[in-house]
Amino acid sequence: MFVTRRSVPIATALNITERTSEPPKLRVFRRVRELYGYREILLNLVRKELKVKYTASVLGAVWSLLNPVVFLIVFTFVVIVTNNNQPHFPVFLLSGLLAWNMFSISMAQGARAVLDNANLVKKVYFPRELLPLAAIGVSLVDFVLQSGVLLLFMLVTRYHVSLDGLILYPLAVLTMVVFTVAVTFWVAALNVRYRDVQHLVNLGLVVWFWFTPIVYSASVVQNYFVFGSPENGAATHAAHAILWKAYLLNPLTSVIMGFQRALYGVQHVTDDRGVHTVLPDVSIAWLAMLLGGMLLASVILLRFTWGTFFRRAGDFAEEL
Amino acid sequence: MPAAIEVSDVSKVFRLYKEKPGSLKARLLSGRTRAEDFWALKDVTFEVPQGKSLALIGHNGSGKTTLLKCIAGILRPTAGVIRQRGRIAALLELGAGFHPELTGRENVYLNAAFLGLHRKDTDKVFADIVDFAELGDFMDTQVKFYSSGMLVRLGFAVAVHVDPDILLIDEVLAVGDEAFQARCLERVAQFQEDGRTIVLVTHALDTVRQICDEAVMLDHGQVHKKGLPDEVVRELRLKILHKDLDYATEEGSKEIEILGAELIRGSGSTEGAVHPGESLTIQVDLKANTPIEDPVVSFALHDGTNRYVFGGDTVSEKIDLGRVDGKKRVMFHLRAMPLVQGRYWVTLGVHGRDVSRVYHVQDQRYSFEVQQSGDRRDQVFITMDAAVEDL
Repeated sequence: MFVTRRSVPIATALNITERTSEPPKLRVFRRVRELYGYREILLNLVRKELKVKYTASVLGAVWSLLNPVVFLIVFTFVVIVTNNNQPHFPVFLLSGLLAWNMFSISMAQGARAVLDNANLVKKVYFPRELLPLAAIGVSLVDFVLQSGVLLLFMLVTRYHVSLDGLILYPLAVLTMVVFTVAVTFWVAALNVRYRDVQHLVNLGLVVWFWFTPIVYSASVVQNYFVFGSPENGAATHAAHAILWKAYLLNPLTSVIMGFQRALYGVQHVTDDRGVHTVLPDVSIAWLAMLLGGMLLASVILLRFTWGTFFRRAGDFAEEL
Repeated sequence: MPAAIEVSDVSKVFRLYKEKPGSLKARLLSGRTRAEDFWALKDVTFEVPQGKSLALIGHNGSGKTTLLKCIAGILRPTAGVIRQRGRIAALLELGAGFHPELTGRENVYLNAAFLGLHRKDTDKVFADIVDFAELGDFMDTQVKFYSSGMLVRLGFAVAVHVDPDILLIDEVLAVGDEAFQARCLERVAQFQEDGRTIVLVTHALDTVRQICDEAVMLDHGQVHKKGLPDEVVRELRLKILHKDLDYATEEGSKEIEILGAELIRGSGSTEGAVHPGESLTIQVDLKANTPIEDPVVSFALHDGTNRYVFGGDTVSEKIDLGRVDGKKRVMFHLRAMPLVQGRYWVTLGVHGRDVSRVYHVQDQRYSFEVQQSGDRRDQVFITMDAAVEDL
């Protein structure tokens, strides 16, 4: 059965890989190139997750669209009973909610990504980053689908979008993705050793949701802290100004303000308080600066959390 | 040619926790965890030249799989360095990476991606994979409906159609029916012909001799011996069967048992090498715990790769032991040992004339070494006498 062997050197220049006891240093650009070489696995993992998620269900991907619809119904009800005068509430809510869903589902799923794929991690070698990235990829797909439906809704209802605000959209998407990846890497790495992290994440997300202007407008907070209660003293006023800045430090606040400004606009309303805007009446340039700052911060954060993930990834197979 | 894999001074320590401190609370409460260090690998050094096939052998728990996982990059060594040249595909478990909800077709693409194959390349070999696995009608069925045999066939089919420079295989060749195994081995031979490097972990010592250029024997995480497969396999047998008597299997109802046996050389000594022209006496001491009518004593010789060489018994020598009560000594005189150099293993058995009645079998507990001197022209027919005497 066995033929005489001839020794044929494999023609290609072979890369030398070295493994030592030391956790390797993360060199971002090199690692990105490496990950690009493994993009096939990432695509397959995302495809697998989507497939598994929807295969045995009758409605399939429609489920992914039902979530925002249910939210919309619930919060429209809330808006009506609280007599909150907010025009085009669906567009306002969805423009922020879709981004929030993308972030929160990525983070919750990403935290468990390594654990859920323990079988793979213990038996197959591949860059471990692909697991949280696949979780993020899945929610990005949902985000795109849901955004498509939102766009359709806006077209059908002939919603008027101001074009100058749209410039914020790509910036918001980019910041959202980078920040999501940064945070997800971190919780995914920690959750392998401390399984508490996934529970903390779920709890933390509930709090985070309400500290982000999704179902209410950021102008509500701004009004309270900055313009409101003039009868208070100067000290309180200063403290409130700081609190408003602290509120803006939440990267998701700027991301969601960006999405809302891009899709919804500031929307002037007239009521017993006179003419005012639904969204904070800040300039697009100011928002772009804020988003740019958050993007920069997210990139720096990503560098650190990726480093943590990269250092710990070598031990995942052992700790599962 | 440079080595495809260099393993130098690699050690791996596992921390064994009494209870896995899987939560923050456990970690905080217990403070210092009661962990024990277990050295799965200690200062392992060897290299695999490009285009060669190397077998890792050793008994269970000797560290073979841990070493393979370190080479594959799944585990990080605690100390030492591993260098690899080229792309590795590791087959640590068949069907690792299969998802039950996906169809056979989707799993092929997923699995091929894990083994480093791009979609376009997978398209090209897809038909071959289906052919190889013989699953033509099942490719669009979800894998959860597959039998284990089908899964295994599909897993191997994918693995052998990827295009790595180095292939790591852990104990997966021993699957499927004989025809499928033969095809797997053929495929491995093809790999070798292409000049690829293979590292194989296996218990099938015949396979090692058949397909590997080199072997490394691990014992308690250390390299016990490395060299030609024949020698290393022999060493493993020697080690397992001699120093660790637990590994020599015994069976039988023991109404009559083998007390012990001696292999007596022509010189009268019970130790040292046997020369092909020399005689050898297998002396078996028996003890009947209850009187047994007409038992048969037999022996068998296996070579270092577990291949049967020859054997004999009291029946073929026309010896009737009659009713055995108490102790008895049976001797087989082999007048010459026309065998090639190497270690041979002796299996002894006592059973009834009807072979289904087994009193006592000692599987390959005894061994001797044949040493040839000079030319290899010893062509002697085996003739022997047998005798019984009361003790």
